Amino acid sequence: MKRFLMNAGNPGNGEPAVTRRDFVRVSLVLGGGLLVSVYGCGPNGEAPDAVAAGGGKVLEPNAFVRIDSDGNVMVTSKHLEMGQGAYTGLATIIADEMDADWSKVTVEGAGADDKKYGNSAIGGMQGTGGSTAIANSWMQHRKAGATARALLVAAAAKQWNVPAADLTTEPGVVVHAPTNRRAPYGTLVATAATMPVPADVPLKDPNAFRYIGKARTVTPRVDARAKTNGTAIFTQDVKLPGMLTALVAHAPLFGATVKSFDATKAKAVAGVVDVVQIPTGVAVVAEHFWTAKMGRDALTVQWDETGANTLGTAEIMAQFRALAEQPGTGVRNDGITDAALQTAARTVEATYEFPYLAHASMEPLNCVVDLKKDGADVWNSNQFPGVDRDAVAKVCGLKPEQVTMHTVFAGGSFGRRANPKSDYVVEAATIAKAIGGKAPVKLVWTREDDTSAGYFRPANLHRLQGGLDAAGNPVAWWQRVVGQSMMAGTFFESPDGSDPSVFEGASDHKYEIPNVFLDVHYAKVGIPVQWWRSVGHTHTAFAVEMFVDELAKAAGKDPLAFRRAMLAKDPRRLAVLNLAAEKAGWGAPLPAGHARGIAVHKSFDSYVAQVAEVSLEQGVPRVHSVTCAVDCGIVVNPDVVHAQMEGAIAYGLAAALYGTIDIQKGRVMSTNFDRYRVLRQREMPVVAVHIVPSTEAPTGVGEPGTPVIGPAVANALLALTGKPTRTLPIMTAFSA
Amino acid sequence: MASITINGQSRDVTADPSTPLLWVIRDIVGLTGTKFGCGIAQCGACTVHLDGVPVRSCSTPLSAVGTKAVTTIEGISSTEVHRVQKAWEEEQVPQCGYCQSGQIMSAVALLEKKPSPTDADIDAAMQGNICRCGTYQRIRAAIHRAADMKGASA
Repeated sequence: MKRFLMNAGNPGNGEPAVTRRDFVRVSLVLGGGLLVSVYGCGPNGEAPDAVAAGGGKVLEPNAFVRIDSDGNVMVTSKHLEMGQGAYTGLATIIADEMDADWSKVTVEGAGADDKKYGNSAIGGMQGTGGSTAIANSWMQHRKAGATARALLVAAAAKQWNVPAADLTTEPGVVVHAPTNRRAPYGTLVATAATMPVPADVPLKDPNAFRYIGKARTVTPRVDARAKTNGTAIFTQDVKLPGMLTALVAHAPLFGATVKSFDATKAKAVAGVVDVVQIPTGVAVVAEHFWTAKMGRDALTVQWDETGANTLGTAEIMAQFRALAEQPGTGVRNDGITDAALQTAARTVEATYEFPYLAHASMEPLNCVVDLKKDGADVWNSNQFPGVDRDAVAKVCGLKPEQVTMHTVFAGGSFGRRANPKSDYVVEAATIAKAIGGKAPVKLVWTREDDTSAGYFRPANLHRLQGGLDAAGNPVAWWQRVVGQSMMAGTFFESPDGSDPSVFEGASDHKYEIPNVFLDVHYAKVGIPVQWWRSVGHTHTAFAVEMFVDELAKAAGKDPLAFRRAMLAKDPRRLAVLNLAAEKAGWGAPLPAGHARGIAVHKSFDSYVAQVAEVSLEQGVPRVHSVTCAVDCGIVVNPDVVHAQMEGAIAYGLAAALYGTIDIQKGRVMSTNFDRYRVLRQREMPVVAVHIVPSTEAPTGVGEPGTPVIGPAVANALLALTGKPTRTLPIMTAFSA
Repeated sequence: MASITINGQSRDVTADPSTPLLWVIRDIVGLTGTKFGCGIAQCGACTVHLDGVPVRSCSTPLSAVGTKAVTTIEGISSTEVHRVQKAWEEEQVPQCGYCQSGQIMSAVALLEKKPSPTDADIDAAMQGNICRCGTYQRIRAAIHRAADMKGASA
């Protein structure tokens, strides 16, 4: 579990170790379907429960793929679909190996079951994070698909009394070419469920893939239709008979608590059913959102601010600056950096400051809890469904197995719905319990609740010193990182308090420099923080890549050539760098007033380089185009990879240009989109994505495009204006 | 009690006159394709048409609706898939999908007004619709694609 998000990639060979001991189970589901599950055995290698194939009922509900007698292929996704395309990607892998008809493939979200749906890339707990969905499922899902195909082929061989080796498959059909016979999959499921499960199924030669790596017209997103006609169901859309809506008056300061409240006026609002105090504030429970809102507006709450955080962002950054003057905890120490800096022909110094950021998903946080005497049902979109289930059970005095998680689409998340403390889920369960389970409750956070509740991307400060020799070659790199730990206080916290997510992407940069030093301070601040799309890389990539350009400038060298000279031993990083530069026409003339910047970074085992072309329009930065190169190993769905790069660039660009959470005397002032600026249509650059062909195991694409755009834009502005960006967001330097 | 016309049907609604149209649509009429994003007309997720004009339903009180015809995402494709929705699928626009109803309602209104919009027209018409997944490039392509679909449904 500790590996989560820090070393989230799969083992070197790309095949999670667990798959080597996988078991396959087959059974006939109610209604005559074939069910295939592939999952690991117990910790000591023991087999799971015995399997009665063809027993006429479902023995395990944890199938990855189910085929019914109409030939419909239903894939269960162990990963949350929050926009990143997990449903489509996972289904693509299974559908390819089983030669399914893509038009008959549907996907539904799994419930919570860490044993069945565990993610081998994050220590075995069920979870969507660290850009691991495809990486950890690749071999597992290929095997699930291939096993389904093998059983269908075996069934046809039996029915036709021909050798299985004489049979081939086309999408949704088993074919016996010599006799020109064809059997749709649906007609074979009953027989297939009686066939012995093959011990080891051969997987396709990648040259035979019909879906993996193919165009969007071949495997369009499985959720595109529902997401264009309003039928896709998000937590916000869940409706249950008699369901009530709850809004909570939250404390204005982190750490403040309710001293007293007067609900007289709130209760007088027609439609308000109940007003209850809970640990996080006062909940108004009403028939509808608007009546709950009117009730909340009519509420009077006195807060106890003893011990609450009263610092603002300016004071916090001042503390970080002071810490940056003190030695920290050593992380990397190659060579003798201090001495190399002293003898360097030239030195460069820079301090980069990064603000708090909100995730600001389009769907404000929410959760539906239906608490009954003997159990609870939860409708939500969770990145850690098992963690959230256990948290609900604890609040409600239930056993985990008495809590059923229903997974629906997430309207964005970017890490926010992976809260180790299950904050908003616990709040919903607490309200359900406080009203005695008399009705299902939908907790809805307003945009203001969502933005000001915290669990921000932490503020950070990076202090750097670099040394160049007389020829302009880098000889020393000294870096100190000051930031808040995201793991502290959670079940991810390590015994010694170290948190590599604060410096990941900086401590392990691969620029060949003889002397490299990095240390870290974990600042203690009373602002709740959490991972945000690409975690520590959100700031480490900027600090490293901006500073490389500052060094290149001091050396009088081209930023691309300067990087190339330091990356000879890192061929994949070099390859994306070269591809992005080539496709962007690096060095070719630009319109007057335009400049290019380049940056490259590895995160979540994927490599991304971007070239941004910028100018100043009416004195403020305008990003015209971004050329992006990505190496994520074998590509399952190229269009989803493109979409994730485009989206990550938009998300990262919003943060780089505008993103900042302003806190004054402990109060979050950035509460809605009018005070927390994000990217809009006009500001979207033209993005061109180029994928490096690869036969390496697949790695993630949800996050790795995010951290690169900030430094690419800042480096372009450095080329254009001669001024580096030292304080984020970039607009800080351009505001009047 | 108020009466509103939504997607061609008349509905009697009992709600406080201050209730935003968004919550009338979602919580009382029961259509959930129209989304809640910000509550202050900043994000466009709640965009619907009033007599064909795109409005932010989160900031339009029930009392202001009167006899104007309300059209939601559910109402633009009652007989067949709207060409804007087709274009959205062909360009594979949605990621999380939460903002897309609002995006599509803004795009449909734009194409009614300007059948062949320029990039600048698109910027102007779509500037009020936020997409945090960053699908803007595909939204632009899909609007151009929908504009190019001749003889398709309105």
